[in-house]
Amino acid sequence: METVRIGSGAGFADDRIEPAAELAERGRLDYLVFECLAERTVALAQLAKLRDPDAGYNEWLADRMAAVLPACVRHGTTIITNMGAAHPLAAARTVARLARDLGIRGLKVAAVTGDDVLALVEGRDLPLQHREDTLASLGATVVSANAYLGCEPIVAALREGADVVITGRVADPSLFLAPLVHEFGWSTPGMSTVDWHRLGKGTAAGHLLECAGQVTGGYFADPGLNDVPDLARLGFPIAEVAGDGSCTITKLPGSGGRVTVRTVTEQLLYEVHDPAAYQTPDVVADFSGARLEQTGPDEVALSGITGRERPRTLKVSVGYRDGFVGEGEISYTGPNASARARLALDVVAERLRLTGLPATGTRFELLGIDSVHRGAGPARAVEPVEVRARVAGRTDTLARARRIGHEVSSLWLNGPAGGGGVRRTAHEIIGIVSTFLPREEIAAEITMLES
Amino acid sequence: MKLHDLAHARAGDKGDISDLSVIAYRPGDYPFLCEHLTAERVRRHFADIVRGRVDRYELPQLYALKFVLHDALDGGVTRTLNLDAHGKTLSSALLEIDLPEHPEDDRR
Repeated sequence: METVRIGSGAGFADDRIEPAAELAERGRLDYLVFECLAERTVALAQLAKLRDPDAGYNEWLADRMAAVLPACVRHGTTIITNMGAAHPLAAARTVARLARDLGIRGLKVAAVTGDDVLALVEGRDLPLQHREDTLASLGATVVSANAYLGCEPIVAALREGADVVITGRVADPSLFLAPLVHEFGWSTPGMSTVDWHRLGKGTAAGHLLECAGQVTGGYFADPGLNDVPDLARLGFPIAEVAGDGSCTITKLPGSGGRVTVRTVTEQLLYEVHDPAAYQTPDVVADFSGARLEQTGPDEVALSGITGRERPRTLKVSVGYRDGFVGEGEISYTGPNASARARLALDVVAERLRLTGLPATGTRFELLGIDSVHRGAGPARAVEPVEVRARVAGRTDTLARARRIGHEVSSLWLNGPAGGGGVRRTAHEIIGIVSTFLPREEIAAEITMLES
Repeated sequence: MKLHDLAHARAGDKGDISDLSVIAYRPGDYPFLCEHLTAERVRRHFADIVRGRVDRYELPQLYALKFVLHDALDGGVTRTLNLDAHGKTLSSALLEIDLPEHPEDDRR
């Protein structure tokens, strides 16, 4: 194969479905990849699985697959996704069943497991990143531990002829690197010589695709400065990658959005921290020499990426029960709105103090005035037309968390004049911390189902 | 002059770290940004938000600066009390920074 065409069908758990369907239909794709797992998503999915042993995968899985499967089968496009979240096997069963319902027979659906390392790490004195304590100190609050797998198990599934590959926690760019390694026969670390530069280039291509619409003009528009045509019909990206790792980003003609050096630069640098050391399980990629060139309308070429040897350990994301958060909000408008909103905050603070609510942190703020910048924001003397007061606090029980919102809603009859539009919530927090494991301790497995 | 006149920005997050990219609209403005948009200037702008250090990385061929703000998200997306748990709005908040007027400005 001279070039591989990879489309990005989702950039996060709740992403839109129509652009993926459009890509499956008209994209002439070799691969369609859906990236749907954020840091916390697996932990939340793990809790869902504890409640229901058949749950724990992405809630839009069936909708997404129903929207793209027939076209992908017709065009010979292979699907790769981490929508398996905490339960890739159940997700694979769902897709196989759906395929049968659609009259698609013989579809090979692979589930990649082995990222769930909870049993492996529980109670161990593993150091936690950015913290003084160890994993053992979290005790029984730990609900999940998932290692970031690299591209290798996906490559193995593709080699076995999978039409759909469903994973749990895999590093985002690895979902996209896998088809390149598979199609071009790029060497991987198990082999005698490894071309780290090529793995770096493939990882950069994956990084550009992993947030879907964020490279084609999504999350970019600033009216008058950065205008994006037809944002409502934003198209998702396609990468055309050659065997030497060089890559071009584009999108479907007729779809909304735009692909320019500006949109691609924003995504290339997105969340990479040190651009010279972008670490994945597959490689340490170096974006510091990256060059972008507009090679056509909505077409940008990436070059200058290198790579070096991959990290010896795999990052493990640990989810743990971390207390509760209670919140309440209420709006004020008209003359003197912000003064009444501030009075509302003071009253709630006083009442929480009087009733002795133990909270380990509280926030009293005015949306529209100081909720983002807080104290150091730009001073603006303009009185807002409307303002929303918000109280939030961390507590050790759900009952105490509920009392925070309760004190806000009680402002209806017991607060300043003219408050309205109360919303209150209380929920458990699943905290996330990271640790590292030697990669030898982790073994990925592939289960192949057929429709 | 606001940074918003010269550059566009995007925010991301990992744990308690906020990761801000600033990209000059015009290559000619990049040296000016390098001079005035220092890590210290960004730290001061977010004095009530960032508790840790601010690292700056330069990408001259992309006319971009990358700022990594440590201990910036009140514990990170999972446990923060911030309404904007990911700190996504910090990109636009950064573009509020006041910069001195500079000669390049006359051409616009």
